[in-house]
Amino acid sequence: MTSVVAIPAALLQSIPQSEDYIRILPELVLSGFGIVIMLLEPLMDEQKSQKLLGLIAELGALAGIAATWIMSRSPGLAFSNMVKVDDFSIFFHYLVISIAAVIILISYEYMGVQRIRAGEYYALILLGTVGMALMSSAVELVLIFVALEISSISSYILAGFRRHEASSSESSLKYFLLGSFATAFFLYGVALMFGATGSTNIDIISQKLQAGPANLLVYVAVAFMFVGLGFKVAAAPFHIWTPDVYEGAPAPIVGFMSTAPKAAAFAVLLRVVFAINAPGRFWLIWVSAALSMTLGNVGALVQNNVKRLLAYSSIAHAGYLLVAFAMLTPQDSTNGVSAAMFYTAAYAAMNVGAFAVVSHFANAGERYVTLEDYQGLGRTSPLLAAALTIFLLSLIGIPMTGGFFAKFYVFSAALKANLVWLAIIGFLNSAIGAYYYLRIIVMMYMRESRRDVPVTPVPLGLGIALASTVVVTLYLGILPNGVLQFTRQSAREIVQQPVAPPSAANGVLLAPF
Amino acid sequence: MNADGWSPYILSLVTFAPLTGALLLILFPRRDRDIRIFSLVIALLTFVLSLHLPVYFHRGLAGFQYQIDKSWISSPNIHYHMAIDGISLWLVLLTTFLTPLCVLISWKSVHDRVKEFFIILLILETALIGVFTSLDLFLFYFFWEATLIPMALLIGMFGHERRVYAAIKFFLYTMIASVFMLVAVLWLYANTGSFDFVVIRDRITAGAVPGFPAAAQWLFLGFFLAFAVKVPLFPFHTWLPDAHVEAPTAGSVLLAGVLLKMGTYGMLRFNLGLFPEAARRNAPWIMVLALIGIIYGALVALVQPNMKKLIAYSSISHLGFVVLGIFSFTQAGLNGAMFVMLAHGVSTGALFMLAGLLHDRRHTYEISEFGGLATTMPVYAATFLFIVLASVGLPLLNGFVGEFLVLSGAFQANAWYGVLGATGVIWSAGYLLWMYQRVFYGKVTHEVNNSLPDLSGFERLAVWPCAAAALVMGVAPILWLGAIDPAVQAALAPIPQVISKVVGQ
Repeated sequence: MTSVVAIPAALLQSIPQSEDYIRILPELVLSGFGIVIMLLEPLMDEQKSQKLLGLIAELGALAGIAATWIMSRSPGLAFSNMVKVDDFSIFFHYLVISIAAVIILISYEYMGVQRIRAGEYYALILLGTVGMALMSSAVELVLIFVALEISSISSYILAGFRRHEASSSESSLKYFLLGSFATAFFLYGVALMFGATGSTNIDIISQKLQAGPANLLVYVAVAFMFVGLGFKVAAAPFHIWTPDVYEGAPAPIVGFMSTAPKAAAFAVLLRVVFAINAPGRFWLIWVSAALSMTLGNVGALVQNNVKRLLAYSSIAHAGYLLVAFAMLTPQDSTNGVSAAMFYTAAYAAMNVGAFAVVSHFANAGERYVTLEDYQGLGRTSPLLAAALTIFLLSLIGIPMTGGFFAKFYVFSAALKANLVWLAIIGFLNSAIGAYYYLRIIVMMYMRESRRDVPVTPVPLGLGIALASTVVVTLYLGILPNGVLQFTRQSAREIVQQPVAPPSAANGVLLAPF
Repeated sequence: MNADGWSPYILSLVTFAPLTGALLLILFPRRDRDIRIFSLVIALLTFVLSLHLPVYFHRGLAGFQYQIDKSWISSPNIHYHMAIDGISLWLVLLTTFLTPLCVLISWKSVHDRVKEFFIILLILETALIGVFTSLDLFLFYFFWEATLIPMALLIGMFGHERRVYAAIKFFLYTMIASVFMLVAVLWLYANTGSFDFVVIRDRITAGAVPGFPAAAQWLFLGFFLAFAVKVPLFPFHTWLPDAHVEAPTAGSVLLAGVLLKMGTYGMLRFNLGLFPEAARRNAPWIMVLALIGIIYGALVALVQPNMKKLIAYSSISHLGFVVLGIFSFTQAGLNGAMFVMLAHGVSTGALFMLAGLLHDRRHTYEISEFGGLATTMPVYAATFLFIVLASVGLPLLNGFVGEFLVLSGAFQANAWYGVLGATGVIWSAGYLLWMYQRVFYGKVTHEVNNSLPDLSGFERLAVWPCAAAALVMGVAPILWLGAIDPAVQAALAPIPQVISKVVGQ
């Protein structure tokens, strides 16, 4: 409680300056475009609206990327220390907005084929992206919660967009019910954290925790927040919803859900875990990582539906990623954060690419999504099959693809941190994982098509989406240096360096003011 | 080191020429004839380029030549480090020699998805050459894994009835094994900060790697397991007969001719080069496994009703000789091991081609389906006999030199190893000559065999170079051994006990 005299000063300070708006410029731009689409939609002819609105959405995403560039020129805190623009948030801004841009490209064709009304679909993608972008730059737990909700609610609706399909509604409802439950956990954790430390600001929490031994409340708070975020990233044992939701939701949206909100949730988790140096996290993460890898891979082995298979694979990949979170010392943590960031980028490229192929191939009503349907694709559509092969090889972790270096950095960080068992579980799982990805390749190239599966030519939008994801996947596999340097640098900013005494840390934090 | 200006780049040129060809092929329209001719041109061009290597090779030198070492990725510290010595030189040549022949042998027999076939074949060639030329462990691991996919695709897309089963078995078997190698490589990187073979070897020799003595045995096993599956050493051999029987001819030729040598090359380069102490400690049981492989492979080959399976099991037996030679730690043994690798590549490659030609005509590999072919296909029969004799180890042909050297090395190590190994020579004469007798001599038992056409021009072009090479290698082995010997001597240098033994003679 501030005194009466201090109020004007505090108010003055809390009035947002132009700098503050620049620091959330991407969010503003994306929201603007989203609202424009919502407004235009009822005014337009249903038949014609689809193309134009898609184009506007694509422009919006590209403008968001440009806005991120502008944002990146003025790093610092904004809105009373609630938003922080640093290399870490810039990285995730670029990542989630690029994912959205590619997903819109993929949807462009998909919407027409599935005969889905366009308007709010594109708007929801853009608005959801606002939430995800904000999640990565928010350093205030309540704001993180709000951003999480923005992102989740749009995902819930997007999951149910194949309205005439019962499975899609089921998917949406399931996602909504379980998702709200999980978010409640997160909120409870935030409340407990506030109770324990008296603040919801990550920097202040971190200082408080640094100052003395943590009490029991903090441990419970960390565990609750982990449950909430664990649900969002589909980590075991909070993964049960994933296969059903992914199976029912529209394929491009699954590509979106399995990468962008996940990346954002991982960003939050990275901040929560490493910036506040969350106590008692080690076994929590260790067990969850080991379980996710194992359950995801074993579950994927028996799947016959490609969307379900990729759902289990995404659980497994969440597990590999979590390995990077189990680091304790600052040196190891820096490696871990940097590896995790690289992993999210590589995973986004290969998984969005894979879903691009799946959503094109699924055709009207998503009729062709079983493994048998992929028989002979190598013959009927060589380029599509080749692209999918590259993504699958990357998911396996074959060298020269982004997936290899992603796994490589995570596991070498784990080995450096002496997490030998976790690394061994990871290696074994990678070997298991190779089998089910290979099954798809085998279907495409080594079997002859039995059913009459129509193969339509690849439209321009999808072609651009595929080409860009292939290029990024290979780029991360052949020249990972640039991205890695960037993630290293951001990791060093995120991770608490213990050598600096609290006062120095204060100085750094307040430096922009 | 080399006088000419090409030398730093020639290895990269040779390695990536086929890949460039494959990428260009993607742009080609689906006109099968053009695609075949273009692939042949690329494969021949690669061969001609690779001839640069032995011509300008400094034979007296033991170290690496044609070196190129550029930083590629700063973190992890990965270099684009390529170079060859007398060991890898000939394996590169073997690859570039066999690939054009593979193109020729597939000219008529592959008529479905021709474009894909040749793209995959050329990519495979790049990966194979890369395995032998790269000295950075990461680069090596990449090429090592990169051979898997095209080979599995060759088997799975262009093979026979049970091709998918064989392809998956091949892929999983070898991939899971190489994960262990990856762990060992990562351990070495974590403790030396380098992937460079030479740097790591020097650090280890200087005793500057923390925790190395304790870990050496595990590291040795990590590498060894990956290589042993590839060789394949008994009891890791079960993937090989399936892969061979189902693979298309060109796949079999490269599989037996080059792919298996990746395993023995790896043992020679990495197991001996990086862990000489552990290698010596483990040599006894490895040599026993090699002996079991020699005898078991030969015995199983003896009873095979399927010609291709017979040749596949004979490979297990022959590769046993290579492992026996390597782990004898004698100059003669290692020279012999190298020579068997090359000789086996040439003659077994040719045997697979010949078997494939028969399959093109009759769509079967069953020995009982044939008989009396010598009368209907005289040229084919004569060529076959020549190759069989080379494979059996007739003096003045290539098989003899290598086996002789290996056995003399094995005798020096332990007389029993030599004696048991020598029985392998007898067995191989048994199964190959018996097979030859059943297929070519006697009366024509099946009516269809009367009208089989003899070797066509194309087919002669594919098989006869192998026969010629087998003869030259047998008559003038010194052309090859001259380069091999110093490199082998260098490989043996860190194994002290053996040096004294060699000197003591």
